[in-house]
Amino acid sequence: MEWIIVLVVVVALVLWVISLYNKLVRFRNQVRNAWSQIDVQLKRRHDLIPNLVETAKGYMKHERETFEAITQARAAAMGAQGPADAAKAESQLQGALSRFNLVVENYPELKANTNFLSLQEELTSTENKIGFARQFYNDQVMQFNNLIESVPTNIVAGMFQFTKSDFFEIEEPAEREVPKVSF
Amino acid sequence: MFELIRTNKRKSAGLIVVLGSLLIVLGYAIGLILSPDEPTLSYLFVLIGVVVWVVMLLTSLAGGEKILLSSARAREVKKADAPQLYNIVEEMCIASGLSTIPKVYIIDTPDPNAFAVGLKPERAAVAVTTGLMAKLNRDELQAVVAHEIAHIQNRDTLFMTLAGVTVGAVIILGDIFFRSMLFGGGRRRGGGGNNQGGAALMIIAVVMAILAPILARLLYFACSRQREYLADACAAQYTRYPEGLASALDKISRQATKHSGEIGKNKTLAPMYIINPLAARSRRAGWFSTHPPTEQRIKVLRSMGGDASLAAYEKAYQSIHGRKDAVLPPSARAATAATPTREAMENGGGKAGTRKQWREVQDLLHKVDHYAVLACACGMKIKLPPDYEESEVNCPRCHHQHVIPPELLAVGVLGAASGAK
Repeated sequence: MEWIIVLVVVVALVLWVISLYNKLVRFRNQVRNAWSQIDVQLKRRHDLIPNLVETAKGYMKHERETFEAITQARAAAMGAQGPADAAKAESQLQGALSRFNLVVENYPELKANTNFLSLQEELTSTENKIGFARQFYNDQVMQFNNLIESVPTNIVAGMFQFTKSDFFEIEEPAEREVPKVSF
Repeated sequence: MFELIRTNKRKSAGLIVVLGSLLIVLGYAIGLILSPDEPTLSYLFVLIGVVVWVVMLLTSLAGGEKILLSSARAREVKKADAPQLYNIVEEMCIASGLSTIPKVYIIDTPDPNAFAVGLKPERAAVAVTTGLMAKLNRDELQAVVAHEIAHIQNRDTLFMTLAGVTVGAVIILGDIFFRSMLFGGGRRRGGGGNNQGGAALMIIAVVMAILAPILARLLYFACSRQREYLADACAAQYTRYPEGLASALDKISRQATKHSGEIGKNKTLAPMYIINPLAARSRRAGWFSTHPPTEQRIKVLRSMGGDASLAAYEKAYQSIHGRKDAVLPPSARAATAATPTREAMENGGGKAGTRKQWREVQDLLHKVDHYAVLACACGMKIKLPPDYEESEVNCPRCHHQHVIPPELLAVGVLGAASGAK
């Protein structure tokens, strides 16, 4: 009689651990999937940059430093491994691009170029998408990390070596500051 | 977020089961009333109910989206036709984690509104009116799209279709019953009800037959209202900007009060819009309204206090309604920490900002001069002078030919008359 009770308890315990384990796996896969979404958008940005630089070069003969900064930042960003590393490189690239956008203001002919304009629109939209992908990724990471830290999933997470994921934090560059308009 | 979808699916399945059993009980009750002596016949009505339900279900599963979209006269657009709208839809898909980008449709009407359809995210579509694109700024449009994407992501579109079909079957069965009572029921009843127990059963059956369709509708509407709140909460979370949705809802409801518009005529679609065009004016949530009153929705969004998380929405909702009933399942609430809202994106800073201000001033002047505004899918806003006489106009950017809606011109002409001094 007693061994039946013991058996039932053991089976229930095993089932419970399995369900917790599966929950952790589900959340980890969501984090990975969210990261791949960011990756897609970052790649897109990297692909847009050479076109943008090529189009702009003809008009901006005296801005070699700006172009070099962008090209270098892009190369660094493309070589980055993992969220923490990528976040650093990407925020540098974002800084270089916003400096480039400031310089563009001095070249009216360039701003009249339709090819350049559509490239710039694509780039802006990609920046937005990166922002939203980052936001979604960070939400998923937070949920996953919460699970790893909280009882009872932390026990299962420790048993099977689930480790916390990195957030993708970009230092907010000055371009995000919105000028206040008052009448 | 994914936990939210799981709970939603579970709840939906539960509700469909309840509605389905309501259908069966109704069928059985009707059979009992019409032929108390032949038990086999009472199953006939259960069968009729189920057949009606299955047929309706299969139709909506096979191509319900297409039927709805074409009945709204929506046309599909690609990225080249409406780049900004398309980008916004893509952005919100990313923010919500929706894996496939829904198709984008545009409805040519000055009424600002939007809806989403699709039993599966892979087959989903978002439709917005040209009026919406003309009257809202980018942040507001984004918020509306976020609300619609939330409906797709939370599987509300699937659930509301299934529930709607089941409720429809209950109502049709009730109709059949009342008609047969009028025409042939009287004769049969003379034979039935020969004992005390039979009479009691009969009364219960009659009450059931009357109550079931009403009950089904009430359940459906209550769920629909709750789903609207949930989609609002998700939209705030996706955009990190509750004010965007609040001011969009404000603008849409103001427009709807001025003229009910043609989109309200389609009664099947009306409950699917972000604001029900038939009830945009109502201030209180009736038992039979599909949407919560817009004022309440705006109030909740505006009292979230700089926090765009689902938990903050829940708190704002409870403080406004003074009740403890929840919009969100606990699993979803627990999963979100405080998330700060962002600033408005629209005034892009620098020169773009001043250019936009200039444009706004110009728009205002045009409005004073009674110009009519016609939005093109490409993002161009065509301004028509009050003395414009043609019935058609070509978009100067994409050369799409627009037929000018008569009411738009009528407003313009009237305006010209009063503005002539």
